[in-house]
Amino acid sequence: MSKILMKGNEAIAEAAIRSGCRLYFAYPITPQSELIEYMAKMMPKVKGTFIQAESEVAAINMVYGAAGSGKRVMTSSSSPGISLKMEGLSYIAGAELPCVVVNVQRGGPGLGDIQPAQGDYFQATKGGGHGDYRLIVLAPSSVQEFADMASEAFDLADKYRNPVMILADGMLGQMMEPVEFKPAKTEEELQELANQHLSWCICPNEDGDKKHHHEINSLELDPQVLEQHVLNLYKKYAIIDKNEIRYETYNVSDDNEVLCVAWGTASRVVKSAINEVLKEGKNVGLIRPIRVWPYPYDAIKQAIGKNVKKVYVFELNSGQMVEDVKIAVEGKVPVDFWGKVGGVVFTPAEIKEKLESCF
Amino acid sequence: MEIIAKRPEALTKVPFHYCPGCMHGVAHRLIAEAIDENGLINQIAGVAPVGCAVFAYNYFNCDMAEAAHGRAPAVATGIKRARPDMHVFTYQGDGDLAAIGTAEIIHSANRGEKISVFFVNNAIYGMTGGQMAPTTLPDMKTTTSPYGRNVDDIGYPIRVCELLSTLVAPYYIERVSLLSPADIIKAKKAVSKAIRYNKENRGFTFIEFISTCPTNWGYEPEQARQWAKENMLPFFKPGVFRDKGEGVE
Repeated sequence: MSKILMKGNEAIAEAAIRSGCRLYFAYPITPQSELIEYMAKMMPKVKGTFIQAESEVAAINMVYGAAGSGKRVMTSSSSPGISLKMEGLSYIAGAELPCVVVNVQRGGPGLGDIQPAQGDYFQATKGGGHGDYRLIVLAPSSVQEFADMASEAFDLADKYRNPVMILADGMLGQMMEPVEFKPAKTEEELQELANQHLSWCICPNEDGDKKHHHEINSLELDPQVLEQHVLNLYKKYAIIDKNEIRYETYNVSDDNEVLCVAWGTASRVVKSAINEVLKEGKNVGLIRPIRVWPYPYDAIKQAIGKNVKKVYVFELNSGQMVEDVKIAVEGKVPVDFWGKVGGVVFTPAEIKEKLESCF
Repeated sequence: MEIIAKRPEALTKVPFHYCPGCMHGVAHRLIAEAIDENGLINQIAGVAPVGCAVFAYNYFNCDMAEAAHGRAPAVATGIKRARPDMHVFTYQGDGDLAAIGTAEIIHSANRGEKISVFFVNNAIYGMTGGQMAPTTLPDMKTTTSPYGRNVDDIGYPIRVCELLSTLVAPYYIERVSLLSPADIIKAKKAVSKAIRYNKENRGFTFIEFISTCPTNWGYEPEQARQWAKENMLPFFKPGVFRDKGEGVE
């Protein structure tokens, strides 16, 4: 299939449908409204379900019900709406249900603004909802990745029976780039995917088996039973941590004097700046976490190598990922941070200036 | 010997945890009998609430989902839309449905979701220890209205059947009482009808049960029943508010 020019928000909606998402529940919010509008238009054409819910709270609970019924289901929102979904996400993680949640971040806190930002990093990677749980968090940096991550996200959600968040931002949601889609799953493939969940999900008891009593639940009043449940969750998270780390290296070598770490939209700007400083003979590399949980601690640790004198973190927030980078660096070299907040996006020239100051 | 009453198949053998005199057990049994009568045990899923009926998933012998406080109608919406071949009911209390879940019940009713909602109204929060509910009667004392519900301060009880009856979409809305054997027989008919309409995918069906909470009201079971008859029924009048199947609009 040839590439077509598409907005990020529409590309992920199209990719989700091709990945077998036939249920989508959401509430409109800028800057992700094209996503819900695309779903409203396309879902009836694939005999899918689209509901514009009365609130983000209702939307995520519809997701919980549909995920508990073993079907591929998605919701999307932007920062203030994602906060409202956190109650439901905690329940979904507790009940170990697969679903995909897209966060097209905007400036915050509070109502904030509608410009791109990365201020929900803590919320996505460290919790947000109550209790001990983890989301798998994918961090795209292009419209193509936005689309590719839709199918990855559904597969990961199914594989681990865990909610997966795609943590994008208003820049990716609103920008247009060429994108190529994977072939759509066939009805047979979708049926096969749904069948994989029949041992636990809400479904008709076809053969009248007396033992068929499937419970979608996260309540365990006995503390010892709940303790075991949470420990089991953390065994699962350890497997995810072992198998699912993804990152990109850009000009990373033993000769790097400065190592940058940036994710999502910020990483694109940093790459442009690195290209400029390379022309001046300065050696700077970049590690871009493609997934921000599980986090590529070892990759950063190894990339410090022999010659890196400083690690520089650039984010569109006040330095939330710096904590993870510091864990990876283990105090071996200084970690500096520079970022923009409030929905302001830094320019390559600004980053270049920061990088030049390191030499 | 002819068996005239037995445990419904749609109930597990797990003993109820409910307090003496509580009517959740009666309501559970009526729903289970209706599931049996309609042959739905293998095609129905229930959504349990937060509150006294939080363990309903242990009692109904079908697939069950536990919902967050107030969210049962949204969860039921997700299940029904994902599996249109399944039939879905929610079981909710007054705090769950008429306070924190007000938006979810109104909008699922307004969308005409093809689900059945069973709403147990005992005018108080039971599980959390007897606090004021949206359905607490004027001047009624609870742990959070220790001087009696002051309607000037906190408003009047919400009549959910009347509220939902302003919407166009709901198919069947009835309020029944569980306060006497005769009332329970009437309630049984309403529950059976709701489940039958559900089986036929006709639309949104809603049954409110007027019930008691002897423990948190501070009465013995029989006193609680009398109190409810004298005080709740005049405010929450039983009756059919909507029955599109029988032309009641």
